[in-house]
Amino acid sequence: MSEARGSISGHRNEHHTVFYGLSTCIWCKRTRQFLEDQSVEFDFVYVDLLEGQEREEAIEQVRCWNSAVSFPTVVVSDNQCVVGYKPEKLEEALGL
Amino acid sequence: MSADIVIPPEKVDALYETLKRWAESTGYNLNPDEEFTRGLVEGLLINRQRYGYQSCPCRLASGDKQKDKDIICPCDYRDPDLEEWGACYCALYVSDEVLRGERELQYIPERRPPEGRRSWDKSAQREQRN
Repeated sequence: MSEARGSISGHRNEHHTVFYGLSTCIWCKRTRQFLEDQSVEFDFVYVDLLEGQEREEAIEQVRCWNSAVSFPTVVVSDNQCVVGYKPEKLEEALGL
Repeated sequence: MSADIVIPPEKVDALYETLKRWAESTGYNLNPDEEFTRGLVEGLLINRQRYGYQSCPCRLASGDKQKDKDIICPCDYRDPDLEEWGACYCALYVSDEVLRGERELQYIPERRPPEGRRSWDKSAQREQRN
């Protein structure tokens, strides 16, 4: 894994899902794997791999949903947020 | 930033063994899930290369050692998290109950105060007022 941003396609694409994580975090790795295993379409952002303005903007985007700016943070359809590795909460938010 | 840092497996092995010995000699337990734990150790080594110190792989470091001193592993929050949740935030360290399989490991909520409410933020604010 070396890309800071990208998109993963999947057949569960009813929601606009954004995964914010850290490339060094194992809970983030598990969360991303869960989304991929469930064939959820999502954008990913590894905040630790960003620099300068782009990093600051990503931090602010996370802060809007999660004041602790902790990872992983998954934002679903701009109206729900799941903080941490929580498969059951993700299932609920994504209607899986 | 530093997307291309590659840590040789022997460096991960060396730090893993050091941490394991140190944990065992001080009454702590490394997470027995070796794959999980080695992943965290690799993250510590990546952060050492990036920032010059081994900050928690599951927290976003600022790159300023003074501001990140509470999240340099073992972090300031390890003991209260072990006590309350049976593991530290990244789950590198686990309690005896988790080690024995008597308690399930789960995601640990962030205990670190948000930016602006940390101890050094308060001292900086005090300095500004004076």
